[in-house]
Amino acid sequence: MSFLFPSVQRGPAVAGLLIALFLFLFLAVPVGQVIFVAFQDASTGEATIINFVDFFRNSLFRESFFNSFYVASMSVVIASIISMPLAYFTTRFNFGGTALIQTLGIIPLIMPPFVGAVAMQLLFGSNGSVNLILDDWFGFTIPFMEGLNGVIFVESIHYFPFILINLSAALSNIDRSMEESAQNLGSNGMRLFRRIVFPLAMPGYVAGAALVFIKVFDDLGTPLLLNVNNMLAPQAYLRVTSIGISDPMGYVIAVILVAFSLLSLWVSMRALKGKDYATVQKGGGGLMKRDLRRWEKVGCYAVVILILVLVLSPHFGLLLLSFGTIWSYAVLPDAFTIAHYVTVFSTATQYITNTLLYAGLAALFDVILGTAIAYVVWRTDLVGRKWLDYGATAALAVPGVVLGIGYLRTFHNINVPLIDEPLATWWVIIVIAMTIRRLPYALRSCVAAIQQISVMLEEAAENLGATKTRTVWRIVIPLMSGGILAGFVTSFATAAVELSATIMLVARETDAPLAYGIYEFMQSAAGRGPGAALGVIAVLFVGVGTYISHVIIERSNKAREPKSIVAEET
Amino acid sequence: MKKFMTLGAAAVIAMSVASGTAFAADGTLTVVTSFPKDLTSVFKSAFEKKNPGLTIEVLNKKTSAGIKYLQETSANNTSDLFWASAPDAFEVLKGDSLLAKYTPMAKGIPDKVGAFPINDPDGYYMGFAASGYGIMWNTRYTAAKKLPVPKNWADLKDPVYHGHVGMSAPSRSGTTHLTVETVIQGMGWDAGWAEWKEIAGNFKTVTERSFGVPDGVNSGQFGYGIVIDFFGLSSVGSGFPVDFVYPEVTTLVPANIGIVKGAPNQAAAAEFIEFLLSPEGQELLLNPKIRRLPVNPNTYANAPAGFPNPFKDKSIGAAVKFDLDLSKNRYNVVNSLFDVMITYRMKDLTAATKAIQDADAAIKGKSNPAAAKLIAEARALVAKMPVSEATAGAKEFNAIFKKKRKKATDVIEGRQAEVEQEWDTQVKANYAKAKELAEQAKNML
Repeated sequence: MSFLFPSVQRGPAVAGLLIALFLFLFLAVPVGQVIFVAFQDASTGEATIINFVDFFRNSLFRESFFNSFYVASMSVVIASIISMPLAYFTTRFNFGGTALIQTLGIIPLIMPPFVGAVAMQLLFGSNGSVNLILDDWFGFTIPFMEGLNGVIFVESIHYFPFILINLSAALSNIDRSMEESAQNLGSNGMRLFRRIVFPLAMPGYVAGAALVFIKVFDDLGTPLLLNVNNMLAPQAYLRVTSIGISDPMGYVIAVILVAFSLLSLWVSMRALKGKDYATVQKGGGGLMKRDLRRWEKVGCYAVVILILVLVLSPHFGLLLLSFGTIWSYAVLPDAFTIAHYVTVFSTATQYITNTLLYAGLAALFDVILGTAIAYVVWRTDLVGRKWLDYGATAALAVPGVVLGIGYLRTFHNINVPLIDEPLATWWVIIVIAMTIRRLPYALRSCVAAIQQISVMLEEAAENLGATKTRTVWRIVIPLMSGGILAGFVTSFATAAVELSATIMLVARETDAPLAYGIYEFMQSAAGRGPGAALGVIAVLFVGVGTYISHVIIERSNKAREPKSIVAEET
Repeated sequence: MKKFMTLGAAAVIAMSVASGTAFAADGTLTVVTSFPKDLTSVFKSAFEKKNPGLTIEVLNKKTSAGIKYLQETSANNTSDLFWASAPDAFEVLKGDSLLAKYTPMAKGIPDKVGAFPINDPDGYYMGFAASGYGIMWNTRYTAAKKLPVPKNWADLKDPVYHGHVGMSAPSRSGTTHLTVETVIQGMGWDAGWAEWKEIAGNFKTVTERSFGVPDGVNSGQFGYGIVIDFFGLSSVGSGFPVDFVYPEVTTLVPANIGIVKGAPNQAAAAEFIEFLLSPEGQELLLNPKIRRLPVNPNTYANAPAGFPNPFKDKSIGAAVKFDLDLSKNRYNVVNSLFDVMITYRMKDLTAATKAIQDADAAIKGKSNPAAAKLIAEARALVAKMPVSEATAGAKEFNAIFKKKRKKATDVIEGRQAEVEQEWDTQVKANYAKAKELAEQAKNML
């Protein structure tokens, strides 16, 4: 080992190898087991690229590719417009209820499967509440939920929190001395934001934007909800899951999704290349917060409330659905009841505890892996370190159903020692599937966080005699804490509603998570209410968790801040 | 809470002991099913009450996921029963030799319901309930938009329904497949497909899962849905403002159950099938949240008034003599054709249909042979099939879509993507041309 790696890098090298092994075992092998047919001539069994030639020859697939690209790009634009004011106001000004706004901002990520879709249709569908009112009063309707623009609308209000969370973390990581220097030199207002603050927060913004782009490009749920078939992810899904047909095109599309996602990731890395985003002093912690003048405050609140009303409306619809009796072709449900919650609490509490355990473990593993990968990639010069990042991020583009089938195929013949049960049907496999699927979220946040820390801080610590390990524990990780927390929150929130891989892997009802419970309820007309109630519970749990972590972070930030500077500002 | 403790190593061992006993032969019966909880829980509790000591473990997976699950876990199988609606799902499993033969002992069950045999002739799966397709609609929706109530499939072709109808795709739902096939068999290949395309020209959407249709009608997202009876009946039963009707041409299809090959608990699996087919089990199907047609004719004596009885009312499901072999031979081609011509080209199809309907409305009461000819041409273009009935039923052609090479030496000519691309090009051009002709006709009037 010492021959291969200089001794200071031995720790990271071992960690890197372990992570690579983990990704190989639980991502590359199972997925490879499934998608190798993309490279196989279906009639002779020989290796070939003819399937890819077919893909590009097929006009429907070319159209789907273009549509997916268009929708992903536009969603980044709209999501940026939604998230920038929220991130800026809450990190830059003394703003009542910042933790609350930051928490509400994450809620859109937790859109429970199926019920979320029903709630959206009941509110924004062509005969949803909004359109019924519009038609009644003004005699026209707006097709919110139709075609590609409908997909963009839903995707943007669903995934903008990726940008919000990462941008907020980055903004509060900027050292205030940079801003002070700029102000001393006469810069202020928009110019200060445009030239100093935003560029320094660039790693966070790019991390979020790349996530939104890749996630929307690969997203399946929303196009299916709107019955838009002419996009890549639904094409892959429809072809993989149809009964009895064994068309390799589904897997070809999966390979193309992975490749294109990696390409976009690479582009986003290039965009940040050659610039240094790190700031050295970490004395004050975060941007200067100033008080708002009265009319400014009114304006900010108006913008924030407007955005929150828009992005939280699906959850408001979900809440109505969970308390409503019958809701059909009407602005509101016919009557209200708590019967659905009674049903849920008498039959489905197991789902809730399972979800908390699974999603909690998965998010924990995700931030550990994310921090380790970020450190290996940005703080060492190990050969091939970037591939850890690419490899982990590739998980974003692998359809959940492909991962699920791959796990069954790979791990069903491996028995877990002591328990003597196939690994594929043990509940831990669900946790691993969630870890793999949500790792990219945690990873992007951790990478953004480490990019903002100056190496000089670590060098200083080492000069003062700290060991490498001690430096990591006492300097790097505490400074990354904002990003790590952001990563934990996004991973946890999205793992809590994961369905496509888990539905393949659940082998016992007692092991099933909440999303599976919702799926089960939503198979029958009478199950809509209890399904929605279960969805509301999922949102509540994740929301409360997020709020608590924000409060903790704010408190620790306050403890580090010298009070006198906060209070006085021009 | 047990799970939290297993985080400790000691608890892992404790868990293994506990689960070891849970998997003993007499204890658990694992059922993979696509049926909703409303149905499974009723049978689960009744069966467990009758057989103390037996526990049913219900694994709810959608049909396609259930098949994949059984396929992937077959080497180390842990499931006892597969319990689902679509006979074709069982055909797939049978083809992969994943089912075990069983001959039920229950008495009083006839050979056929409607025109469809109740049990698999080879004995790999048995029907326990029957269901037929029909039309459901949202009464608030139809009242608000002042739309009439359809009685037959053909009524849905009427221009008043443009943009108001929803359906699932046959490649997504086995029962939808049978409805599509029934109409094609009843009217013939070209006329049957023309009928479907004319109905589909009025579609608002083709949903990804079969439950998406009743869901959409229940919410009022679209007014009419082509659905299987229990979706309609149970929606009515749950209080939604909807209604359901069987059209004259419908097929009754059995919902089935089969023992998985190498089931860990064979005896209990057989016991469950017998329970399902017993008078007691059959009666449970009448539960308002389930509402499926029992296969034992005697059970109907206890049914509520107005409950359809296919054994008495010969008009349900008997109009078409359903040819099972024909359906099986071209199964994948029909699915793929529907997707290429309808699901993936919905926008083009509905646009062409709208143009034809507009031209039709304009020509009404006028005599203009040139325009009439253009409209007829446009209609023929929409109806035009990219493949003939003979080709669609040919074995070699179907092999392209199956692509399961039994031996390494097997060679199959052609690729699905290639064929579909060819169809897509033709279909898209035809729809565009039809739209153009119809618009041209309208401008002449």
